[in-house]
Amino acid sequence: MPEPNSKPTPHSKTTQRTAVSYIDRTREYYAAQGYDRPYAWARHLDAPFARLEKPLSECRVAVVTTASPWTAGLSADGVPRSGQRVWSGPTAEPPEKLYTGDRAWDREATHTDDVESFLPLASLKAHAEAGRIAGLAQRFHGVPTDYSQRNTLEKDAPEILERCREDSADIALLVPL
Amino acid sequence: MSLVARHLESNGIATLVIGSARDIVEECGVPRFLFVDFPLGNPCGRPYDGAMQRSIVGYALDLLESATLARTTVQAPLVWSDDESWKQRYARVDPERLAQLRSAGEARRAKQTRAKDERRAR
Repeated sequence: MPEPNSKPTPHSKTTQRTAVSYIDRTREYYAAQGYDRPYAWARHLDAPFARLEKPLSECRVAVVTTASPWTAGLSADGVPRSGQRVWSGPTAEPPEKLYTGDRAWDREATHTDDVESFLPLASLKAHAEAGRIAGLAQRFHGVPTDYSQRNTLEKDAPEILERCREDSADIALLVPL
Repeated sequence: MSLVARHLESNGIATLVIGSARDIVEECGVPRFLFVDFPLGNPCGRPYDGAMQRSIVGYALDLLESATLARTTVQAPLVWSDDESWKQRYARVDPERLAQLRSAGEARRAKQTRAKDERRAR
């Protein structure tokens, strides 16, 4: 794995968009596999906005991941399966590993062995100790990556909201893999 | 995940997405987005690089404090590598792999059909 640079290239030129278009890439990849109806991604022109109602240093932060508990990795017949429901874990005891085998991520360029690279509980604790935030919510949460946007909207998102409220979270940091 | 952010925000919880799939998050439209232009899998920083991971969360906290409008995207000032060939490689469809991809798709569909039949039989 190459070393990432801490500073951006000071000046360079390009002839194309440099961020990967995952919508295009995914469509082409599945078309090559014989899926002729591309996935229709959610698209909105507007977005809601809730102002912070108190200083950041007084805010409690919840974290949401798309990874699954490690035990979700294999079903009885040895076939990988995904977590199909919202789940939570204690932030006081960060998980040493999480299951990401059913998620789309770049297996050629990197790995997900370091949970902190996608579930930043230790980083948030460090910022809490420095006084930037009040602290972490009692639990972090996991949300399934559901093909059905309806399921996400009608089941999973309300469940995450309820759990954030139970933990008196002021802010939610959402980190998709 | 972006849909969850929109739902929480609509119900009064301020949200921020840290992610590496810029187009997917921006098409959905979220209140605040920290874009980290890294391979999918490590949006919070290189594995085992605690200093980088803390700095990325720091950028996220900065954005939470500074954003005044929805759909605010900030790009973390970091590059994965001078070599950006990973961007071309991800989920590429090489002509020589077409037959392999096609048969993988057929196998997957057959498995899905079997699973569906088994669920119906129960």
